[in-house]
Amino acid sequence: MEPADHILLAMLIPTVGALLIVLTRRNPNLREAVTLATAGLLFVNVLQLLPVVLAGGRPELSGFEVTPGLEVAFQVEPLGILFGLIASFLWIVNSFYSIGYMRGNKEPRQTQFYVAFAVALASALGIAFSANLFTLFLFYEILTLSTYPLVAHHGDAKARRGARIYLMILLGTSIVFFIPALVWTLAIAGTLDFTPGGILAGKASGLTTGLLLALFAFGIGKAALMPVHKWLPNAMVAPTPVSALLHAVAVVKAGVFTILKVSVYIFGSDHLLATGASEWLVYLATFSLLAASVIALTKDNLKARLAYSTVSQLGYIVLGAAIATPLALIGAGMHILMHAFGKITLFFVAGAIHTATHKTEISQLNGIGRVMPFTMGAFFIGALSIIGLPPLGGAWSKLYIALGGMDGEYWFVVAALMISSVLNVAYLMPVVVRAFFRPPDPDDHGHGDAHGDAAPVPETGSLRSRMKEAPWLCVVPLMFTAFACFILFFAPDAIEGLLQGMLEVPR
Amino acid sequence: MLAQHLPALQVVIPLLAAPLCALFRRGFIGWLIAVAATWLAFAAAIGLLFRVLNEGVISYAMGGWAPPIGIEYRVDLINVFVLVVVSGVGSVIIPFARTGTAARFNDTDQAWFYAMYLLALTGLLGVTITGDAFNIFVFLEISSLASYVMIAMGRDRRALTAAYQYLIMGTVGATFIVIGIGLLWAMTGTLNLADLAQRIPEINDTRPVLAALAFLTVGISLKLALFPLHLWLPNAYAYAPAVTSAFLAGTATKVAIYLFLRFFYTVFGGGGFFESTPLPEMFLVLSVVAMFAASTVAVFQDDVKRMFAYSSVAQIGLITLGISYVSETGLTGAMTHLFNHAIIKAGIFMLLGGVMFRMASVKLEDMAGIGRKMPFTMAGIVILGLALIGTPGTSGFISKWWIVLAALEKDQWWLVALILLASLITMLYVGRIVEVAYFREPSAKAADVREAPLAMLIPAYVLVIATIYFGLDTQWSVGLAQRAAADLLAGIY
Amino acid sequence: MTEILADLNYWVTIFLMIGGLYIITAHGNMIKKLVGLGIFQTSVYLLFLSPGKVLGGTAPIIAPGFELYSNPLPHVLILTAIVVGVATIALGLALVVRIHEAYGTIEDDEVQEMEAD
Repeated sequence: MEPADHILLAMLIPTVGALLIVLTRRNPNLREAVTLATAGLLFVNVLQLLPVVLAGGRPELSGFEVTPGLEVAFQVEPLGILFGLIASFLWIVNSFYSIGYMRGNKEPRQTQFYVAFAVALASALGIAFSANLFTLFLFYEILTLSTYPLVAHHGDAKARRGARIYLMILLGTSIVFFIPALVWTLAIAGTLDFTPGGILAGKASGLTTGLLLALFAFGIGKAALMPVHKWLPNAMVAPTPVSALLHAVAVVKAGVFTILKVSVYIFGSDHLLATGASEWLVYLATFSLLAASVIALTKDNLKARLAYSTVSQLGYIVLGAAIATPLALIGAGMHILMHAFGKITLFFVAGAIHTATHKTEISQLNGIGRVMPFTMGAFFIGALSIIGLPPLGGAWSKLYIALGGMDGEYWFVVAALMISSVLNVAYLMPVVVRAFFRPPDPDDHGHGDAHGDAAPVPETGSLRSRMKEAPWLCVVPLMFTAFACFILFFAPDAIEGLLQGMLEVPR
Repeated sequence: MLAQHLPALQVVIPLLAAPLCALFRRGFIGWLIAVAATWLAFAAAIGLLFRVLNEGVISYAMGGWAPPIGIEYRVDLINVFVLVVVSGVGSVIIPFARTGTAARFNDTDQAWFYAMYLLALTGLLGVTITGDAFNIFVFLEISSLASYVMIAMGRDRRALTAAYQYLIMGTVGATFIVIGIGLLWAMTGTLNLADLAQRIPEINDTRPVLAALAFLTVGISLKLALFPLHLWLPNAYAYAPAVTSAFLAGTATKVAIYLFLRFFYTVFGGGGFFESTPLPEMFLVLSVVAMFAASTVAVFQDDVKRMFAYSSVAQIGLITLGISYVSETGLTGAMTHLFNHAIIKAGIFMLLGGVMFRMASVKLEDMAGIGRKMPFTMAGIVILGLALIGTPGTSGFISKWWIVLAALEKDQWWLVALILLASLITMLYVGRIVEVAYFREPSAKAADVREAPLAMLIPAYVLVIATIYFGLDTQWSVGLAQRAAADLLAGIY
Repeated sequence: MTEILADLNYWVTIFLMIGGLYIITAHGNMIKKLVGLGIFQTSVYLLFLSPGKVLGGTAPIIAPGFELYSNPLPHVLILTAIVVGVATIALGLALVVRIHEAYGTIEDDEVQEMEAD
C-alpha cells in the first residue's frame, strides 16, 4: 500500500470501527472485541508510516479545496507521526482499561461511550496528519464535539455542568480566537499550509506576530493555557477512561500539538526568535505552570489534583513552543510523549482506586498501598516520571526544555522549572507516602463510606490475603504504562532524531 | 422549443397546478399534483441556471409584448440563483408535507393547503424572475396572501392572530413597496427594472426618487424581517404548521433579500446612493443589533420553534451585514448564506415538524430526553444547529468565513469580533436544546414517543446532508454566489 | 393657495396615507385596523392615478378629432391593485371571524391578555 493509503486508513479505521460498534451493540463482548481490534489495527497502520517519515519522506494525501484558501489535505511529518503514534498506541491500552473500568463500575450507555471514543480517535488522527491549519481546525472541532458526550456521560446535573463548561470554553475560544487567527494568517501569508520554516517570516511585523500568536494561544483552548484552563478540572466529572483520553491520549495533546505545530510550521522558529514576538508567552506559560502546580497542592480530590497537574505540565510544552529554540521545541515535542505515558498511568490509578474502593479523596488513601500494591507502585513510577527524575522518561523532556531556555537566555525559566519540579514532588509524593507509610485509618471499616459491602482492611496477614486490587483489566494496563515510562528513559536519542526532522528547513 | 419558454413555465406551472389541486378536493391527488408541480418548477430553475451559465442573461417577453411596454422576464445569475434555492427548498418540503397534513386536515382542507402552497411558490418565483416593478408587487401579494392562509392553518389558535398580525404588517410593507414603485414610475415613466436603472442616475438628486428609496427601504425591510421590523416573524413561524414554517423560513425572507439586492444594487445602483446616503452604515448597525438582540432573545425561549424563529431574525442580520459592505466578498458571503441558511432553517423546521407530529409539542421541557427516543431527528437538529453556529465542515462555516473575510477587508476588526461573539450566543441556544434532549430523563410526553415517520425524516435528511455537502464542496454555492456578486457590483460602477 | 389646489390630489393622497397608517397603529379593534389598511391602500390608487392625467387630455380611446390622451397605464395597474386590495381585506376579515370564534373578542389587547395566562 502507498503511504497515502495509510493516511486515509488512519481516519477510516476508527470511523468504520465506530459504525461496527453501533452494529454490535447488542453483544457487549463482541462490541469490545471490535474496539480492541480497531485500536490494534489503527496502531499497526500508523506504524507503517513511521519508517517513511524517519527516512525523510513526507507522505501526502491531497484532498479538495473547500473555498479559495481553505483546503482539506493531509501530510505526515515528524511531530504528526509522533502524536499519531501516541494516540493510537494509548488507545489500545486505554481500551483494555476501559473495559475493566466500565464493567467494574457498571456504567450506563457503554455503546455511546465506545462510539464517541472511536470518533474522537479518528479526529485526533486527522489533527495529527493535517497538512494545513484549516484541516487541523476542522478535526479540532470534531474532536471537541465527539468528546462532549463523553464528558457528559453520567448525565446528572454535575456532569451536565462540567460538559457545558467544557463545550463553552473549547468551542467558544475556537470561534472567538481561532477563526480570526485563521483569517488573519490567510490574509497575511496567502496560505495556511504547514511549511517548514513557517509562512509568516518576512510578512508579519513583530507586533502582528505577537498578536497573532495570542489569538492562537488562547484560541487553542485544548492546550489549557491559563486563563482558559477551567474546562479541564471541570471535565473531571467524566469516567476515568475519559479523563485518560482527555489528559493523555488525545484532547490536551491535540491542543499542545497544535500550538507546537503552529509555532514551528506557521510562525517558524527563526521568525519567532528574530522578532521576539513569543517572549510574552514565555512569561505567561511559566506563570501558568507554576500557578497550576500551586493550585494542585490545595486539591484533596485525587483527580482534581491530577487535572491541575496536567495544566501545569501543558505549560511546559507551551513554554517550549514559546522559547522556540531548537532544543526547546524538541523538548516540547518529547514532553507530549513523556507526559502522556506518565499521566495516563496516574489517571488509571485514580480510576482503579475508584473501581476497587470507591475512594476519590487523597485524605482517604492512608495505607491503600498495602491493599493495592501494584496499583500504587505504578503510581509511584508515573509520579516520578511527571516530576522528571531519572531513570524515567520525563527526565529528558524537562532537561531539553531547560537547555532550550538557556539557549534562549531565559534564565528565570530554568529557575522556574526547578521550582516547579519541587512543587511536583510536593503534590504527588504525599499520595505515595500516605499509601505506603501511613497505617489505614482506624475508623475506615469499608472501602468507601457509601459502599459498606467490602471487607475491612486487615492489619496483618499475607500480602495475598489483604490485597484487593481492581479488576485485572484495570491493573495490567496501568502497570504496562508505568513500565513504558521506564523504557522511554532509554529512548531519547531516537525521539530526538525523529523530531530533528521537523526543524529542517529546505534551503 | 420548450427551453425557450422556460422563464414563463417557471411561474406558470405552479400557478396552473394550484387551482387544479383545489378542484380535485382530494388530499392525495392534491399532494401528487403539488409534488409534480414543485419538481417541475425545480427542473425549470435548473434548466434556466444552465441556460444562463451558457448563454448569459435571458430576456423573455411575456405574451410576446416586447419590453419595456410589455412585461419582461429577465433571468440573470443573481435571480436564477435565488430561483434554484426557492424551488429547490419548495420541492424538498412537499414530500415531507404529506404525513403531517393528512393526519390533521380533511380531504378538502388538504387540497386547499396544497393549492396555497403552490400559489405561495408561484408568487415567490414570480417576484424573483420578473423584470417589471409592478409585476413584483403583484407576485409579492400573491405569495403573501397564500402564506397568510398557510400560517392560519396552524393547530394553535395563536396561529390566527399571528396570521392577522403578519397580514397587517405584510400589507403595509407591500404597500410601501408599491408607493416606492409608483414614485419611480412617476419620475421615469417606466416600470422595467433595467430601464429604471438607466434613468435613475440622471435624476438621482430629486426628492421623489429619494422618497421612493425610503419607501422601498422600509417596505422591503418589513418583508425580510430586518430588525426592528421583524415583529411579525416569530409568532408566524412558531404557530404555523411545520410545512409552512419550513417553507417560509427557507424561501420567503430569502426572496425579500433578493428584492433588496435587486433594488439597491441594480435599480438604484447607478445613482451613487451608497455614497450619498448613510444606507450602508444604517444596515450595518441594524444587522449587528439584529444578530445580538434576536440571538439573545432566542436563548430565553421555551418554545423551540420560536427559538429558531428568533434565530432566523439573527441570521437575516448576518446576511444583511454581508450586503452592507458593498464589496464583492461581502456580497458573496451574503448570497452564500442566503443559500445555506435556506437549507439549514428549512431542515430544522422540518425536523421540528417531526417532533410536533409525534409529541404535539415542541416546548423545551417536553423535549427532554428525546435524543434517545428520536435519535435521527435529534441528530439532524444537532448537525443543523452546528451549521447555524458556524462549525467548520458545515455550510454555515463557509458563509460566516466569507462575511468575516469581508469585514477584514475593510479592517473592521471589531466587527469580526462581534460576528464571532454572536456565534457564541447561537451556541448557547443550540447547546440548551442538546443538553435537554440528550442528558435529561424523558419528560412525561416524551416517555413513549417513537422516531418520526420516514416520510418526514428522509426529506429533512436531504437538507441535513446538503448542509454538510455544501460545507465541504462550495463550487455551486460560493462559486455561483461569487459570480452573482460580481454582476451585482457591476450595477453600481 | 392655488399652488395647494393645483396639487390637491397629492395632498389628499398624503392625508389618506397618514390617516390610514394612524388608524392601523392606534386602534386595537381588528376590524378598525382593516379599515385603516383599506384607506392606506386607497391612497396608493390615487398616487398612481394622479400623474396619469394629462391636462386637457381625454380618455385613451383612439378616435378622430382627439390628439391628446391621458396615460392609460396607471388605470391598468390600479385595477390590479384594487383586486389585490379586495383580496387582502377579505382574507383579513375572514381571519377576524375565525379569531372571534376562537377568542370571543376582536380586541387586540384582550386577545393578548387571554394568551398571557
